[in-house]
Amino acid sequence: MKFTLSWLKDHLDTEASLDDILYALTDLGLEVEEVVNPAAKLAPFTIAKVLEATQHPDADRLRVCRVLTDEGEKQIVCGAPNARAGITVVLCKPGDYVPGIDTTLGVGKIRGVESHGMMASERELELSDEHNGIIELPSGEVGDKFTDWLASNRPGTVDPMIHIKITPNRPDALGVRGIARDLAARGLGTLRPLDIPLIEGQFDCPVAVRIDPALKAKGCPHFAGRLIRGVTNGPSPDWLQQRLKAIGLRPISALVDITNYFTFGLGRPLHVFDAAKVKGALRIHPAKGDETFLALDGKTYALREGMMAISDDAGVESLAGIMGGEASGCTPETTDVFLESAWWDPITIAATGRALRINSDARYRFERGVDPAFTLPGLDLATQMVLDLCGGTPSHLAQDGAPLDTTRSYRLDPARVISLVGMDIPEVEQRATLEALGFTLAGDMATPPSWRPDVLGEADLVEEVARVASLTKLVGKPLPRVAAGVPRPILTPLQQRERIARRTIAALGYNECVTYSFIDEAAAKLFGGGTDAVRIDNPISSEMSHLRPDLLPGLLRAAARNQARGFMDLALAEIGPTFFGGEPGEQHLHATGLLVGHSAPRDPYGSRRPVDVFDAKADVEAVLAALGAPARVQISRKVAPWWHPGRSGVIGLGPNVMATFGEVHPKVLAEMGIKGAAVAFTIQVANIPFPKTKTPTRPALAISDLQAVERDFAFVVDSTVEALTAVNAALGADKALIESVRIFDQFTGDKAEAQMGAGKKSIALTVRLQPTGKTLTEAEIEAVSAKVIDKVTKATGGTLRA
Amino acid sequence: MDLTNLRGKYIEAVAGASSEAALEEVRLAALGKKGEISALMATLGKMDPEARKAAGAAMNLLRDEIDAALRARKAALSDAALDARLRAEWLDVTLPARPRPRGTIHPVSQVMEELTAIFADMGFSVAEGPQVESDWYNFDALNIPPEHPARQEHDTFFMHRDPNDPRPPHVLRTHTSPVQIRAVVDQGVPLRVIAPGRVYRMDMDQTHTPMFHQVEGIAIDRDISMANLKWTLEEFCRAFFEVDKVELRFRASHFPFTEPSAEVDIRYSNVGGQLRIGEGDKWMEILGSGMMHPKVLAAAGVDPNEWQGFAFGVGIDRIAMLKYGIPDLRAFFESDLRWLRHYGFSALDMPDLAGGLSR
Repeated sequence: MKFTLSWLKDHLDTEASLDDILYALTDLGLEVEEVVNPAAKLAPFTIAKVLEATQHPDADRLRVCRVLTDEGEKQIVCGAPNARAGITVVLCKPGDYVPGIDTTLGVGKIRGVESHGMMASERELELSDEHNGIIELPSGEVGDKFTDWLASNRPGTVDPMIHIKITPNRPDALGVRGIARDLAARGLGTLRPLDIPLIEGQFDCPVAVRIDPALKAKGCPHFAGRLIRGVTNGPSPDWLQQRLKAIGLRPISALVDITNYFTFGLGRPLHVFDAAKVKGALRIHPAKGDETFLALDGKTYALREGMMAISDDAGVESLAGIMGGEASGCTPETTDVFLESAWWDPITIAATGRALRINSDARYRFERGVDPAFTLPGLDLATQMVLDLCGGTPSHLAQDGAPLDTTRSYRLDPARVISLVGMDIPEVEQRATLEALGFTLAGDMATPPSWRPDVLGEADLVEEVARVASLTKLVGKPLPRVAAGVPRPILTPLQQRERIARRTIAALGYNECVTYSFIDEAAAKLFGGGTDAVRIDNPISSEMSHLRPDLLPGLLRAAARNQARGFMDLALAEIGPTFFGGEPGEQHLHATGLLVGHSAPRDPYGSRRPVDVFDAKADVEAVLAALGAPARVQISRKVAPWWHPGRSGVIGLGPNVMATFGEVHPKVLAEMGIKGAAVAFTIQVANIPFPKTKTPTRPALAISDLQAVERDFAFVVDSTVEALTAVNAALGADKALIESVRIFDQFTGDKAEAQMGAGKKSIALTVRLQPTGKTLTEAEIEAVSAKVIDKVTKATGGTLRA
Repeated sequence: MDLTNLRGKYIEAVAGASSEAALEEVRLAALGKKGEISALMATLGKMDPEARKAAGAAMNLLRDEIDAALRARKAALSDAALDARLRAEWLDVTLPARPRPRGTIHPVSQVMEELTAIFADMGFSVAEGPQVESDWYNFDALNIPPEHPARQEHDTFFMHRDPNDPRPPHVLRTHTSPVQIRAVVDQGVPLRVIAPGRVYRMDMDQTHTPMFHQVEGIAIDRDISMANLKWTLEEFCRAFFEVDKVELRFRASHFPFTEPSAEVDIRYSNVGGQLRIGEGDKWMEILGSGMMHPKVLAAAGVDPNEWQGFAFGVGIDRIAMLKYGIPDLRAFFESDLRWLRHYGFSALDMPDLAGGLSR
């Protein structure tokens, strides 16, 4: 919403400075976005008088003038044809910036004669395009500020333009008068009365108006108009043009400018039809859906069923409340005008405007809510303005329906205001504020004015009072502690776990990423997603069309982008939601790490090697341990299809999947454009069992003073036998005595097969025995060893390696 | 041979031994079982007590002197050997160390933990809600009916809806405010929670990304006022930006789910492109807030005549940018390794109030 200071002062009688007004506007919730003050660039210039003008000795077209200024007499060389003794001029001194020529003046020497400044033309001061000579002022004293002279004589040229942001609840502030009312309530002056003229119709309106019964109840409860015969539709007067131009509107003709003036001045959109082009009566009706309409913006719109239209016998003449039609628009030749003032249902207007993608100042106001009680007063005021500016004779009123009655009232509880806002605003002040805003008070009931459709409850009264009293004055008041003493922990176990996962993963060397929750369909499909259930109907791009089923695609894409920048070795991770459906809550918390390329940069010690599945396994085990997962887990190979089927595993407890680790499927890597090896892990953070009870107490430490004994065993087994089978079998040999079993070597490949037979390998494990009661005898050790060999060979089908 | 000559001979031999082996030979020749001095000392037994006393003392002296010389020489030889070994063991220590990966925490995660630390101290717990929301939670319950202009301003992402499903389409939550409703429904009142998380708007340009992060905060009790809100936000900003004081300005505004509503500006200065919070003469809008609208409380099943509370919402990415001087929002979600390393935090940089939120 844009307006000018002088426009505001038409409605607000105030002595307040521009700065005070700007501050109050923002503070009242009418946030100032921009101020354009044309006086600012003219501030240095003063009025001076030419005492004498003589011919320049060396130039035919130049004159040397003696000029009386506020700093005494100065010599100025001037080329203007009208530079002569006796005229009052506008002086720019050395050091002043002259906007029209984009120059800061200095003391100059023109053809050998010194010149101390210049006398400006209108164009040089950006007042107009006039440049035939320097400005000759009809009045003004030497030394007066030129901006003061302009303010008194040509106020439009120094009228500050103010641009404010209007929140959707304040349609009343879409007119200058509404803004003035807020400022008056704040105490920045008084709202000037708005006198509604009495229009005496001279004849019956020849254009009948009729609202279709289908619209009367909701869409258009009230439609009014009046014909004015014999108008002259020339350009509007300068002051009006200047105001419209100041707020960025193009003056068109007096009649059109008047409607714009009412839209912005009083928040009352109007429409003018060229009555000569209207065939028969005006009918306000819902569109059937087969109409097309050429609007004033020069575009043709196909109306859809139910949109509100104003039609005559020839067809649709106006898209109700949004934009008039080209066919019946006013032109300079218009002599008879039908002036329309109506009230349109905000919801219908909004829906129509959205559907047709048509924006207008009228739509903007009607969809937020125009004052229904001002339909007729607005029409009368506008009629008077047409009569004043264009002449003509008015008809009687033509109308159908009646103003919508929006009367309602709410209880004002002054104590509630104080308790909600926390500011001590006396009841008298509360009531005065509401009255200044147009509320009617009867006892403790407040009736909002017809221009405030947003006030719909007691809380809105509180807001009005607080807003006008100024929230800037609000003094903070400590929020009492919930309970005395040291605050209790507040994170849930899962929240705590998410943090631990994140920090553990970072500690392992991963760079945490935050990638978008949506990915492209192809990537989603590679990872088991991409269904309609998780499809976004209006994606911002095809790269972001589906909710991600997994964190890996986002990380792989990130890895590919980094590789394209030359970073080939990466450790990226993300902890965040993934989606298995499109219903609220159909999401999991995943923690995923991705290693790409090599384990390290090249170095003198040969640390560098391609990342492999055991890197991912080491990391996933570290994170699982940090999250409190049990040490003994099952590892299965039932992995999702985006993992390498032979080089990945699922870590679980029975049917409960806690994590997956391994190589990413080479086909997936190729699709995602990854170069080199890539291994990853994904943890289903919530699937790790939570401890049943939480206690900081540790179990007692059981350690033995007796020497532990380690024995190594090597077995020849089929090459597909899994090491964990051997380890678990060995552990089962003597649960009391065997503390741990660890694989310390394996021998596979061609050499191994040459030694041990085709399809065979050897695995070596060390068994640690921890006696508790007494030192083990050699016989006891031998007995346990025999059991270990027995168990392992039985479980693996292998033999002890000779 | 008298003792003086004997002494001279062995002292010279000790000094002349150039290796530990040669020195051992000298020791055996002098002090070994069959050594010259040992042999001499064996003669003491045959002497009369008077002579034994005098000769014994002299011999013991000699033996001790030779022994000390042997030990000193041995130490010198082993020191020299060690010196030689150390000289041979020289390495170029300017070579790079073995590589050790250095991970980082994303600024959004870090700032979320900072927020949590501050609000936990004020008694707020952390609530969460789904990213896909029904339009009732995202809009209606927050007093944004279907035709409200604010709904259009939200640039909402809609989920696909099967044509046979009569329900309105779900949305990707456009703000964290629906968690207000969920938290109150789940936990009842009185209540203090913050709800940080991802939110989505259909907007992408220099300063907007289709996903970003917000934190919602609400406090509901019988007598919580807007003055409490202001204090809470002042304390939050002071603690978060780690400055001695901040100045906030409440400006009347409008949000459908609060009433009265205020936009909150913070005082700052811009010195040579560096923002300084808490000083200067500029104001920057940092968050929206207000008293929870009675309709919102009612939608969450709470009697607005009995309970009242405040609500606020802050852009997490935005305050992260302000605090840590990060220039571009879009880079938050691009996972550029250089950016992650530069703006990320160490795994051990855990924000807490005792040690300060940042290093």
